[in-house]
Amino acid sequence: MKKRNVIIIAILFLSGFLITLNVSAQDRKGPPPRGGHSPVQTKTLEEAGGYKIGEVATDFKLKNVDGSMFSLSDIKDAKGYIVVFTCNECPFAKMYEDRLIALHNEYAPQGYSVVAINPNVSQNNERESFEAMGKRAKEKGFPYVYLADDEHEVSPKYGAVRTPHVFLLDKERKVQYIGTIDDNARSAKDAKVKYVENAIRAMQNGKAPEPNFTKAIGCPVKAI
Amino acid sequence: MHLILNLLIRIIVQKSFLLLILSFLFLAFTKDKDPELYSPGPVGIGDIPIYDFDALEPLLYTDSDKVHIVNFWAMWCAPCIKELPVFQEYAKNDPNVELILVSLDFPEDIETKLKPFLEKKGISSKVVLLDDPDANSWIDKIDPNWSGAIPFSIIFNNKKRGYYERTFENTQDLKNEVNNVIHNK
Repeated sequence: MKKRNVIIIAILFLSGFLITLNVSAQDRKGPPPRGGHSPVQTKTLEEAGGYKIGEVATDFKLKNVDGSMFSLSDIKDAKGYIVVFTCNECPFAKMYEDRLIALHNEYAPQGYSVVAINPNVSQNNERESFEAMGKRAKEKGFPYVYLADDEHEVSPKYGAVRTPHVFLLDKERKVQYIGTIDDNARSAKDAKVKYVENAIRAMQNGKAPEPNFTKAIGCPVKAI
Repeated sequence: MHLILNLLIRIIVQKSFLLLILSFLFLAFTKDKDPELYSPGPVGIGDIPIYDFDALEPLLYTDSDKVHIVNFWAMWCAPCIKELPVFQEYAKNDPNVELILVSLDFPEDIETKLKPFLEKKGISSKVVLLDDPDANSWIDKIDPNWSGAIPFSIIFNNKKRGYYERTFENTQDLKNEVNNVIHNK
C-alpha cells in the first residue's frame, strides 16, 4: 500500500514537472518571424556601391606577386574573367584556394582565367603584406595571378565586401555573375551547387547565368 | 472503505498516466521548435549550443519590448573581436538588454579554440554557434540588405528592428543606435 502511494506521488510530480517545462517553453517563443516590424537599415548594399549585373567592369593595372604589372587586357583571347577578391589569412578564403586552383586549371584553357585580387593588402600587416602574398602564392602554387590592390581603389569600384567574393565577367567585361563559388565553404565535396562553374557553363552556351547573384559569409574587406 | 480508496487510487493512477503521456507528446512537439530548450539555464562558457538557421531564427524575434541585441561574429574576424567587449559592457550596464553573440566559427573548434578564446577575452555573454553552410539560403531571410560580411548586428524588440553591417566603436555608439531604433530619439 505504502509503496503504491510513493509511485503515485512520483508520477504526479513527474507529470507536473513536465507540464511546467512545456509551459515555460511556450512562453519563450516569439511572434511568428517576419512580423509587422519597422526595419531600419544603416548601410544598404546599394550604398556600399559596386557593379550590378550587366554593367561593364573597369580594367585595372595592379602588381602581381611576381613583381610585374597586370591588366585584364593582358590575357589574350579571353572569353571571360573569373575576378575573385580574396586574401591570405581569412579562413573562408583559404578554404576556397584549392577550388580556385581547380577552377583555373579547368577553365583557363577554355578562355576563363582566375584573376585573384587581395583587397586587404597592407604593409602594416605582416600576414597581408605583398611579401606574405608572394609567400602564400608560392606555397600553394597558384596557377593564376594574385594581385595587390595597394591603393584600395579597385575593390570598392567592383563592390567587393567580403573575401572570397567572385565577379564573373564576359569577354566585354560585362558583369555576368556576382557572389560565392559554391554553396558549401567548409567542404568542397559536400557542395551541391557550384555557382561559378554553372555560370561559366551558361555563358559558354550563350545563356545568362541563373542565379546571377548569391551571398556567403566571408571576412570583411579592408578591415584586417 | 478500503474498496473506495482502492478505486480512487486506481483512477488517479490512470489519469496521471494519461497526463504523463500527454506531457511527453507535448515535449516532443515543442522541442525542435524551441532552441532554447537545448541550452539550459544561464549560459556561461560551459555550454555553447550549435544551431542551424531554422533553430536560430526564433532567437532573432521577440514578443517583449525589452531591447535585444544579436551580433554575428567569428574568431577569424578581427573587427568583430574588437567590438565584442563593447556589446558585453553595454549589456552589463543595462540589465534590460538581452544580448546573444552568434559565433560563425566551426563546431569542432568549440572546445579547443572558442571556449579558451572567450575565457581569455573575458566574454561571459550568451554565445551560440550557427553551423549552416549554405549561407546564401539564409542571409536574405535575416536581412535582404546584408552582404554576408561580418560583423553584423540586429537591434530589436517586439516593435522595432535595426540592421547594422558595421562595427560599433564604443558603448556610446551602440547606445545611440539603440536609442535611434528602439526609442526614436
